[in-house]
Amino acid sequence: MRRSFLLSAAIPAVAAMALAGCASEADTTASSASPSPSTSQDCSPETMQTLTPGTLTIGTDTPAYPPYFEDDDPTNGKGFESAVAYAVADQLGFSNDQVTWVTVPFNKSYAPGDKDFDFDINQISITAKRQKAVDFSDGYYTVNQAVVALKDSPIADATTLTELRESKLGAQVGTTSLDFITNDIQPTQEPLVYNDTNDAKSALEAGQIDGIVVDLPTAYYVTAVEFDNAKIVGQFPAQDGDEQFGLLMAKGSPLVTCVNQALTALKDSGELQSIQDEWLVGKDAPYFTE
Amino acid sequence: MTTPAEAPLEAPTIPYVDPVRRARARARGRRDGLIASVSTVVVFAILAYLITSSPGWPKVQETFFNVDEAISAWPSLIKAFVLNIKIFLVAEFFILILSLLIALGRGLRAPVALPVRILSTVYVDFFRGVPTILVILLLGFGVPALQLKGVTNSPVVWGTVALILSYTAYVAEVYRAGIESIHPSQRAAARSLGLSSVQTTRYVVLPQAVRRVVPPLLNDFIALQKETALVSLLGPIEVLRSAQIDASANFNYTAYVVAALLFVAITLPLTRFTDWLQRRDTRRRMAGAM
Repeated sequence: MRRSFLLSAAIPAVAAMALAGCASEADTTASSASPSPSTSQDCSPETMQTLTPGTLTIGTDTPAYPPYFEDDDPTNGKGFESAVAYAVADQLGFSNDQVTWVTVPFNKSYAPGDKDFDFDINQISITAKRQKAVDFSDGYYTVNQAVVALKDSPIADATTLTELRESKLGAQVGTTSLDFITNDIQPTQEPLVYNDTNDAKSALEAGQIDGIVVDLPTAYYVTAVEFDNAKIVGQFPAQDGDEQFGLLMAKGSPLVTCVNQALTALKDSGELQSIQDEWLVGKDAPYFTE
Repeated sequence: MTTPAEAPLEAPTIPYVDPVRRARARARGRRDGLIASVSTVVVFAILAYLITSSPGWPKVQETFFNVDEAISAWPSLIKAFVLNIKIFLVAEFFILILSLLIALGRGLRAPVALPVRILSTVYVDFFRGVPTILVILLLGFGVPALQLKGVTNSPVVWGTVALILSYTAYVAEVYRAGIESIHPSQRAAARSLGLSSVQTTRYVVLPQAVRRVVPPLLNDFIALQKETALVSLLGPIEVLRSAQIDASANFNYTAYVVAALLFVAITLPLTRFTDWLQRRDTRRRMAGAM
């Protein structure tokens, strides 16, 4: 009994090893043949190595929140990131019906293995550490962090980061807003961390935290549309004055050059700025001093 | 033949075994041991080879089993893990007491105690049916939002209360199963000896019932240790949240693996202890039959 069991286990194992050997060889040839990024590249739906030829597959998380998306529907072209995504697609020569959207939870966007999107647009900040795992496009939006508090909060009138130090702050997990709290504000109390901005808002209303830290466009949306009794206490550049949202692509993606060319063209023509002016309004929140 | 009083108590329990058979048994034992070791080594070696030789392994190793990441995440993980242990210990203490009361309440047969029985039954039915996550959100965000005077709005406190409420329902059922497994003749015998109903429960039924349900009780507590992570929904940074923060900052899942190992490290002793208790219990109950 036992011997035959070992034998029967060994046969598929050997077969699998042989398969694994083939697969790894195939992989090395594939990676050595991948194109090196060049300064100018022919970018059109016919030549670009997209996931599905002739189609641009774009990922974002769900629910997709305003002001980046409207009505939790990225396909309607409404909201800043939906508009940017379609502008990039258009620049690359993809018509609107050649664009498909897939849901990509943030935690999954950087998983190893094949991606199911050509690029992911989900307010993802470009950082050097993240670039070890994925490729980013050039930034399409420079973002500041902002503190939102209820109008009767003890920190409602704070003007310096020092005044925030004694407060209890909250932020969404995985955001640079949280990094901003721990690295720049350095509060004496441990910050509270939430799955999403909605939970952070619940905690703010319940009085469990004095303020929440979100990116500035979200802060405007929260205070203008969702909360009557809240205000933006102030804004602050999170990473030495230059934190940018970028389009996330697989490490070594052949599309990076083309996407960057499209973004550069959109910046040069002023189209990116006009999309920003249309969807992200209000920039007059006071700046915190140290 | 010696008189019974002089006979050493242990003597009759050592059975006589023929030396030849004993030698044969020993040889068989050695051979079995050898086969077991060889088969174990071979199977694990094949598994290790299959995994590490797969084409995606370097990427998976980099993303899940990165030593540098583990080292850099360790201090914040271990700090956060203390919160899990605190929540677990406090919750376990209250659960053990409350669930026993509920179980006894459900077992009351006196007509006057009917309301207690109804309440206990409704409690168990309700909290076993409702997902723990909802109880946590409801108590953690809901109760503080009521803004009751003198009631804490601490997310850790309300999260722990929610775990207690939820797990008390499960554990009460474990206790009840134990109590009902005690044969009615035990109770009848105790009553015939003049013990009151309360005394019978306290000195005859419960000691036997609790001993019987120790393994399933520990099983529930191991589950509880992991569920403490749900409290992070309310903001506190426990070990899984800490791992998530690290993972999304670095686009690397290693911190989750380290957090998992921490959970394993505390559940393993408990699991082995349960096994040992079970073996001891079996040995004791079988002692009479041998």
